[in-house]
This record gives sequence, C-alpha cells and structure tokens, in this order.
Amino acid sequence: MDTILGVPAVALYGQLMLGLINGAFYALLSLGLAVIFGMMNVINFTHGAQFMMGAFVAWMLLNWAGLGYWWALILAPLAVGATGVVIERLMISRLYRLDHLYGLLLTFGLALIIEGLFRNFFGSSGLPYRIPAELQGAMDLGFMFLPNYRGWVIVASAVVCLLTWFVIERTRLGAYLRAATERPMLVRAFGVNVPRMITLTYGFGVALAAFAGVLAAPIYSVNPNMGSSLIIVVFAVVVIGGMGSIAGSIVTGFGLGVIEGLTKVFWPEASNTVIFVIMAIVLLLRPAGLFGRA
Amino acid sequence: MDNAETMRGVPAGIGVPGSQKLAFAAMLVLIAAGPFLLYPVFLMKVLCFALFASAFNLLIGFVGLLSFGHAAYFGMGSYVSAHAAKIWGFTPELAILSGAAVAAALGALFGWLAIRRSGIYFAMITLALAQMVFFFCVQAPFTGGEDGIQAVPRGRLLGVLDLSSDMTLYWVVAAVFLAGFLFLYRVVHSPFGQVLKAIRENEPRAVSLGYRVDDYKLIAFVISAAMTGIAGGTKAIVFQLATLTDVNWPMSGEAVLMALVGGIGTIFGPPVGALVIIAMQNELAQLGAWVTVVQGAVFVACVLAFRRGIVGELQAKLGRPL
Repeated sequence: MDTILGVPAVALYGQLMLGLINGAFYALLSLGLAVIFGMMNVINFTHGAQFMMGAFVAWMLLNWAGLGYWWALILAPLAVGATGVVIERLMISRLYRLDHLYGLLLTFGLALIIEGLFRNFFGSSGLPYRIPAELQGAMDLGFMFLPNYRGWVIVASAVVCLLTWFVIERTRLGAYLRAATERPMLVRAFGVNVPRMITLTYGFGVALAAFAGVLAAPIYSVNPNMGSSLIIVVFAVVVIGGMGSIAGSIVTGFGLGVIEGLTKVFWPEASNTVIFVIMAIVLLLRPAGLFGRA
Repeated sequence: MDNAETMRGVPAGIGVPGSQKLAFAAMLVLIAAGPFLLYPVFLMKVLCFALFASAFNLLIGFVGLLSFGHAAYFGMGSYVSAHAAKIWGFTPELAILSGAAVAAALGALFGWLAIRRSGIYFAMITLALAQMVFFFCVQAPFTGGEDGIQAVPRGRLLGVLDLSSDMTLYWVVAAVFLAGFLFLYRVVHSPFGQVLKAIRENEPRAVSLGYRVDDYKLIAFVISAAMTGIAGGTKAIVFQLATLTDVNWPMSGEAVLMALVGGIGTIFGPPVGALVIIAMQNELAQLGAWVTVVQGAVFVACVLAFRRGIVGELQAKLGRPL
C-alpha cells in the first residue's frame, strides 16, 4: 500500500477530504459572520442556532410537506433568513447606538432560546436526513473513492462563497454595501436606504448559515446542539482570519478545515484543539488576524 | 508602582459610602439568617456563584472586558480542587487554594493572549480558549471524562474542623465568599482599581498618561481568574463533584447572565444576580430544557430593556453607589 510520511495514502486523502468538508462549513459560517459584522459591527452569536435551524427546516420540509432536498436548499435559507430579518427589526436594531458587546449578549440569549425550544420539541438525540437520490454513490478518482454527496458539499459551498465574494466586491450593490459600512450617514444622504440594507444584510448572513445547515443535514444527524459546538470553532476561525476581508474568511475557513483534517491523521488527540492553538499563535504573531486590519 | 501613580492626586472615594455600608450589613444579616430559613446547600451554591459572578464582574464592570470563557477557570478550579482533595488527600482549604493557583496560572496565560485584542474579539478569543480547555478536560485522564470526579471528600478544615455537616460547611463557604467579595471590593477601590476604571472609560487617555495598560489588564484578568478558581474549587467541595458542566461554555454564559441581571459594574449586583438565577434554576428544575429557554429570554429582556440590572436600577433611583 502507498504511504505518505508513514501514513497510508488512502487514510491521508480521506482525512484531507473530511477536512475540506469541515472547511466548507467553516468558510460558509465565517463568511456569514464577516458579512454581518462588516455591516453591523455585531457578532452574531445566534449563527450556530440558525445553522441548526436550516437543517431542521430541511427535515420539516421533507417529513411534513414532502418537499425534498433541492427545495430545502432554496426554501430553508429563505425561511430562516426571514426570521433573521424579524429579529434584526425587532431587537438588534435597538442596540446600534450602544456598546457592541450588547449585540453579542442579545444574540447569545437568542441562541439559548432557539436551541432550548428545538431541544424541547425534538429531543437531543438527532434525526436522520437521507442523502438525495441524485447524489448517492461515489466516484472513483483513481487514488480514492469520493462519495458524491461530500464532493457536492465542497463544490456548492465554494460556489456560494465565490458568488458572495463577487456580489460584495465586484457589483454595484456590493459597492453600496461597502460604502455604507464605511460611511453610513453619507450613503444615506445619497438616497440609499441604509437601515433596510442593514436588515437585508443580516437576513442574507443568516440565510448563508441556514444554507450551510441544509448542506450539513445529510452528513451530520440533525440535532439541536449541532450549531453551538461548531460556532465556537468558527469564532476561532474568524479571529485567525480577521474579519476585514471577505476573501480572507473563505480562504481561512477552507485552510483551517484542511489543517484540522491533517491533524487527525498525524496526531488525532490534538485534532479538537488544533484550531484554537493556531488562534493563539496568530494572536502572538499577528494580533489583527491574517487578513485583518488593525 | 510606576511614576504615574504619584500624579493621581487626591485618592478617589474617601471612606466607604453609607449606602454600601448599609447594603453590606443587609448582606451579612441575610447570610447569617439564611441557613435557618433555607436549605444550606442551596445557599452554598448561591454563595459560590456569587463569588464567580463578582470575579467575572471585575473584568466587564471595571475594565470593560467581556470574557466569555470564565468556565475555564471555574472548571479548572473545580477539577483541581476535587483531584487534590480526593487523590492527594489535601485538606479542603489547600485543595481550594491549589484550584485557585491553577486557575490563576491559566488566567495569566489566556489573559496574556486575549488582551492583545479588545471588544468583541476579546470575547471570542476567551470563548475559544475556554473551549480548548473543555476539550482538554474531555480527554485528560485525571478529569474522569463523562463521569467527572465524584465522591470528593469534604475533609477537615485545617485538618481539624469536620466539614461533613452542611451547617458547618455553610459557615466556611460564607467566610470564603466574604473574603473573596471584600478582596474584590478592595481591588476595585484601590488606586489600582481607579486605573482600571480609567482604562474602561478611555483607554487611549490612560495610555497617554503613562499607565502600562496591558499590565493592568493582565493583573485584573489573573485576579478575576484566581477568584473564579476559588469559587469553582469551593463548589467542588460543597457538591463533592467536579464535572464537564463546570468547564463547558454554558457555564461562562451563566456568569455573564448573573452579572447582567444583578447589574454590571456594581459591587452588590453580581451576588444578587447569582441569587436570582440560582433560585430560578431551582424553581424551574422540573421543566427540563425550558430552563435554557427562560434563561435566554431573561438575557434578551435584560439587554433590550433592563441593561442596568436590579442593583444598577436601585443605584440610579437612590443616586448612591451600591
């Protein structure tokens, strides 16, 4: 059997791919956080809960309405994004004039409420969600077998990340958005409805989380706690990348997923903590983050 | 002491304000009467969390740093004290002190890393570092994994006083809380504490006045972590148990919630918040997961409409510090 650095090549590729999948989720979630933070200066602690909601809405659509995976991929982000819009209008918008830490505390409280409610109604054990028929099976890549669904997750996440990057960095709408981030009053004076833009930005960031949740549903079991453990890792990813750049959070997300996967091969005990250790090192060498502005 | 200290002029706060003396007297009466009216174990839990929340409040209330990772110090204090009391056969006071020492060392390391950033980043960094400690505790053999460390002996205080009776232990826990509380009060009202408040109000100005701001933040962080370790260690002795719950992130959230409900930046707020939240948890215990929902709702309500907290509102009504 082939080995690389004393590790069977198949195991290495396998973990590398698992790492890319985790990285796909880190990238989508940290991208959503960065988009929201850029616009509102709020760290959305509810992000993990909204990721979980995305997976649950997919499950509900399938089991209660008979709508399958592809519908869920569109409807779940819309539905969860709509709840995000309501949350922003009713609650978060009241806090913009205050210390940004209040936004963190508010969204933390919301996360507790949402996760508690789902735990009450669905229990903590987790619900199964089948891989859609079109994506079952696996491809032979020559050096390894790639389950189709996992390949799809990586591709779908990368495409959505790139589209988001393109919209924000390369379109007129994105230019308004970036301008409103820098000088909201001036942009308002030019007749752009900035508060509505903020609301929709939050809704969009939340929809990204829900989209990631739908992608995750067939891989992880759908359970109320799936978001809270992930979001803390994503926070570390955000600290490492710095939230100054959209592209930065995408690259950091995928990169750290791969590093985590490799750690699983070479030093399994450290795989849970490696991202946090990297965060500590980055804080020592480049406190603003790899792509951040001080 | 650096040069800047001597330029401070008149020491702020000459003597203790009457309102605080009165509140302290009321607290002493409640602590003294408590075990005759309520279940002592419940009150001991309140006192441990009151110290925990007060220690957390030192950072958010007086330096303006929101730590979302205090579970790490609480949990490590709890684990190390339990281990020292059970495996090494330490007397309870030495067990608690060793827990505090480890928590302080951990606080020194994490504080040193985290104070490189402020605001929201500080919160995320402390949370992530605490989660690293959680994963360490899941894997490390000495914590007993999912079982935790059970049947921790309460032992004899100083090798003499038997703590197996709840009543005896209660007075010891009350003394630990009062010592920690008064120490934190002293820190806040010392010249050192004045500099902390200056940093909270206007960090660039504190820097321009020549204060080594990072040193002050780090020392405050270590004090807060050490006090939290004492709270965690005392909790381990009271309940004879140290588990993963002590070190997991919801525990950090509880400290935040207690300080918020009681009043961030007030002296008596965190103990009041601890009493309210622990009482609420007790009342709602049979509702299971609804406790989380209610706590979340309290969080949201406090942030939206009640940011000053119970004691903060009282303080504003009276126009006197509490």
